[in-house]
Amino acid sequence: MRHSIRRALTVASVATVSAIALAACSAPAADTGSDTGDFEPITSIKLQLQWLPQSQFAGYYVALDKGYFTDEGFDDVEILPSGGDIVPQDALVAGDVDFAVAWVPKVLGTLEATGAELTDIAQVFQKSGTLQVSFADKGVPSVADFEGKRIGSWGFGNEWEIFAAMAAEGLDASTVSITTQDFSMNALLDGDVDAAQAMTYNEWAQILEVVNPATGKLYQPSDFDVVSYEDTEGAMLQDAIWADTARLDDPAYADAAVRFLKAVTKGWIYARDNPEEAADITYQAAISAEAAFPVGPVHQLWQMNEVNKLIWTGGDFGIVDKAAWDKTVKGALAAVNQDGLNLITAEPAASAYSNTYIQKALDELAAEGVVVNGDYTPIDVTLTEGGQ
Amino acid sequence: MTLREPQGRRARAVGWGALGVLLILVAWEVYKFLGPAEGFVVGAISGQTGSGVMLLPRTNDRAMPHIWDMVARLFQSTSGGDTPPLIVPVVTAALTTLGIAAVGWLIGVTVGALLGLVMQRWRLAEWGLLPWIVVSQTVPLIAFAPLIASIGSQVDRAGTIPWPQWLSVAIIASYLAFFPVAVGVLRGLEAPDRIHLDLMRTYAAGYWATLFRLRLPAAVPHLLPALRLAAANAVVGAVVAEVSIGMRGGIGRMLIQLAGQGSSDPAAPWGPTFGSIALGLVAAGSVALIGVGLKNYRRGEAAA
Repeated sequence: MRHSIRRALTVASVATVSAIALAACSAPAADTGSDTGDFEPITSIKLQLQWLPQSQFAGYYVALDKGYFTDEGFDDVEILPSGGDIVPQDALVAGDVDFAVAWVPKVLGTLEATGAELTDIAQVFQKSGTLQVSFADKGVPSVADFEGKRIGSWGFGNEWEIFAAMAAEGLDASTVSITTQDFSMNALLDGDVDAAQAMTYNEWAQILEVVNPATGKLYQPSDFDVVSYEDTEGAMLQDAIWADTARLDDPAYADAAVRFLKAVTKGWIYARDNPEEAADITYQAAISAEAAFPVGPVHQLWQMNEVNKLIWTGGDFGIVDKAAWDKTVKGALAAVNQDGLNLITAEPAASAYSNTYIQKALDELAAEGVVVNGDYTPIDVTLTEGGQ
Repeated sequence: MTLREPQGRRARAVGWGALGVLLILVAWEVYKFLGPAEGFVVGAISGQTGSGVMLLPRTNDRAMPHIWDMVARLFQSTSGGDTPPLIVPVVTAALTTLGIAAVGWLIGVTVGALLGLVMQRWRLAEWGLLPWIVVSQTVPLIAFAPLIASIGSQVDRAGTIPWPQWLSVAIIASYLAFFPVAVGVLRGLEAPDRIHLDLMRTYAAGYWATLFRLRLPAAVPHLLPALRLAAANAVVGAVVAEVSIGMRGGIGRMLIQLAGQGSSDPAAPWGPTFGSIALGLVAAGSVALIGVGLKNYRRGEAAA
């Protein structure tokens, strides 16, 4: 069915192109059409996420659920989760998808390693959500205390903030022992690492959903020391929407990018103003359509609350802040991992980010009366055992 | 030969099987009760987290949940809210994987049987192919799986032939399944005694007549264990392939996803673990049914 539609579209576009060509032959004065917005609008797009469906991606699921994509002229929007098996920027480079959500440092590494060109067209998360969590008796309240300790990290490009923060403290990777964590928090709870990596919106909550055997109640934040990378020199930009740089020259794709960002912005605004409902929409999408097994509804609401804090920091939605970008690049250049390797060795190309598309989307939304900036007023979420 | 005797033996076999499962359950709980909660580590340097070698595993509830907790978890809602009990998605996912593994098994058996036939027919083919067939099994599945998946998605995108993701999984499963069949068919077809082959020759029987009347019947005792191995391999291949190419809906992916939540919900990942055990048993059991239909040819088969 999809293929027949695609074939029909191909036939239609071939017919259109030949008609234009024939018209051009008969009337040399005819308009060439490329710079006047004369193109077939893209109506079907795919978005690659970097993880399983959860409130971290609520804005996209809300935009789908509330019909914001349809409002912007998309008939068919597919949101593809990843379980770590699909690397979003690789899927985008390979042309499997039209847009991808990925962390900035990971993409910068890929761009330098492969020579591919991608553009950050919207910086969804303005702040870093990465933490390094340790039991309060381990003595790791700051990055300077990492020395000689066993530090957990997920690897796969999630580790660069650690090395960038250490570099700023004059520590190199040989002064600590880096251990790869799995995606549960057992390494911390069992004492296999001194400090474990955690996201504010996911693993931190997972720790606080575990019963402390000493008290018989859930673990409390006061049981732990928490290093927030946002407060360190290692802070890097995280969830961003990436587009294929070369394709942005195609007016149809550039137009689709702006319309896509308009829908996404509306989705995230809705998630800010209605966190309970947005978390529920995502949770329902995850348990029904996606055959995913998300942590329960309470966990999703916690995540929605924390994610909103990272997105809505007062400025306009999605604008890449040059200072934060430069800090990310500086950290990426300084970071050296335990194998002595750099994430990147040279500044990324100027095309690696662009505010053109998000600005156009925001301007159009503002013209429609949508308020595209603002702060988020956090809600109180009480965690339960297992998040259910 | 009476019928009563094998029936008595079967009842005893079932009894021993049940006792074996019970013993594992008892051993689990006994070790959990007696073993050290934080494991037994030798060579640990004090003040150095994670040093030393752990000889005895941890027995705390995160590492080893109680059996009754794991069973009870199967009947609690999967992801909280009004999601169905965990056992429902476990069974659905296991059936999905079973279907894919069955396709992989069929492809593997077909390819393996053809390779076996060709290698038996032409000695040169055996010399040329057999070493490569053996080498093929040393290629790590996790290196091979993304390759198949990316070829599949390219073919699918080209649009002429549909190539859904499950087909990649089935092909990866067949890659493990074909090996025992190829070797089993080759050995089986070479099994008839010289004297029987000579007899066929005195009848002036050609290749095909010898194949159908002598070689294939004689191959059955070699073939059945090969098919059972192929079934087990297909299941393992399908589960690993699901995980490494990220196919949703199967038991492998479910296992990985629930394991990520293992800290706050340690009993949950055991649901899909039990599901994949049941899956392997069902797959091997289904192949055993083939043997029932072929029991006239099963003389001299080693119990497997």
